[in-house]
Amino acid sequence: MITKRIIACLDVHGGRVVKGVQFVDLIDAGDPATQAARHAREGADEIVLLDITATHEGRQTLLETVRRTALELFVPFCVGGGIRSAKDAAQVFEAGADKVSVNSAALAHPTLIDAIGRSFGAQAVVVAIDARRDPEAADPVRDAQVFVQGGRKPAGRRVVEWAREAEGRGAGEILLTSMNADGTRAGFDCELTAAVSEAVNIPVIASGGAGTVAHFVDVFGRGRADAALAASIFHFGVSSARSLKEELAKAGVSVRLPC
Amino acid sequence: MRITVIDYKAGNLTSVLKALRHLGAETVVTDGDLALVEVAERLVLPGVGHFAATERLDATGLTSAIRAAIARGVPFLGICVGMQWLYAGSSEAPAQPGLGYFTESCARFSESPEKVPHVGWNSLEVRKDSRLLAGVEPGEYVYFTHSYKAPVTADTAAVTHYIEPFASAVERGNVMGVQFHPEKSGATGLKILHNFLSWKSKETK
Repeated sequence: MITKRIIACLDVHGGRVVKGVQFVDLIDAGDPATQAARHAREGADEIVLLDITATHEGRQTLLETVRRTALELFVPFCVGGGIRSAKDAAQVFEAGADKVSVNSAALAHPTLIDAIGRSFGAQAVVVAIDARRDPEAADPVRDAQVFVQGGRKPAGRRVVEWAREAEGRGAGEILLTSMNADGTRAGFDCELTAAVSEAVNIPVIASGGAGTVAHFVDVFGRGRADAALAASIFHFGVSSARSLKEELAKAGVSVRLPC
Repeated sequence: MRITVIDYKAGNLTSVLKALRHLGAETVVTDGDLALVEVAERLVLPGVGHFAATERLDATGLTSAIRAAIARGVPFLGICVGMQWLYAGSSEAPAQPGLGYFTESCARFSESPEKVPHVGWNSLEVRKDSRLLAGVEPGEYVYFTHSYKAPVTADTAAVTHYIEPFASAVERGNVMGVQFHPEKSGATGLKILHNFLSWKSKETK
């Protein structure tokens, strides 16, 4: 039986893993290659490395980080942050990533999705969507808006429609982050995740809001997520992907165990 | 151990090469140098993306060279689209023939409420005499990402269930294929690649 994936996310800045709230007060949390290997060993089904610097000057540092991280990593490895062209993507694949995640650049130039998909296959393209509910709207879920620039600026697109377009252009997966839920530790936005998951035929990775194991159970059930991103939960009591998955298995969620 | 990896410009070879090297293999990549296939000790055909990309194998003469190598007894492993290519063809690109080593054809998953592609970690029901999958225990998982699949037949080495049962591995003599990505399937995947690297013809002990 297909299992629900737990994906470990590493925020990277200047070649180091960082922890922080809303990209402020960053604390050094170690070497990306070491951290990625540890997560894989401790049961993560996949690793996402997100370059939060994403500056032009930082590209070489990032590529070197990707190369070192990929070297001994034998689970799927996705890299995001600052990928603006098919050429940027090609360099990241060359360095050892299996997938790239694109966000703002795909909104600005949607054909970027087609271009990467054509060269590297749909399975290699993850479209990341930062979503915010519109409390004024008649249907806050259906009318949820896409945001760019770290959630500061509306992109003028509805989340569900953009997810559908991304799929049509050849995206292989959607990484959906709820800006409302992010950082609250009060649970994923299950309604929004379910709305996107039902609208597309590709996997949806839920992100934002995880605080307890029950939140993961909820998003895999009611939220119809195929995978969930685990970041800060590992800093708050749940020691590893394995222990998270053991709890999920007890709650009846199909996960890869032993791992 | 020297492994010849065939590049037909369908996706990225980095992960496959990395895993083979991790296991101590020396890797050689060819995108059309037939001499490299003629002297190959072992062949790996990776591949992600569209079945139509295998047209390049015909155009470069690699198809004939691979057929000859297989006939000589060279161990061959096809991964993902590389496995599907071993069959007569795929409904993904009906005009493009496969190698035809296995006479059946690949087809898209049936219409279902489940999502297609099949993406994620799924389990294997391993045929007992499979040499490629030796040591893979029930309940071990491997990583898949595909929309087309091969049918279950007498040559099927492992069955996986998603929407319907399909061949997640195939094996007859020196010809092997896996629908999943062993290079991305953790310790289980490395064990399978190791089995391929240490595969020996039964006649020559």
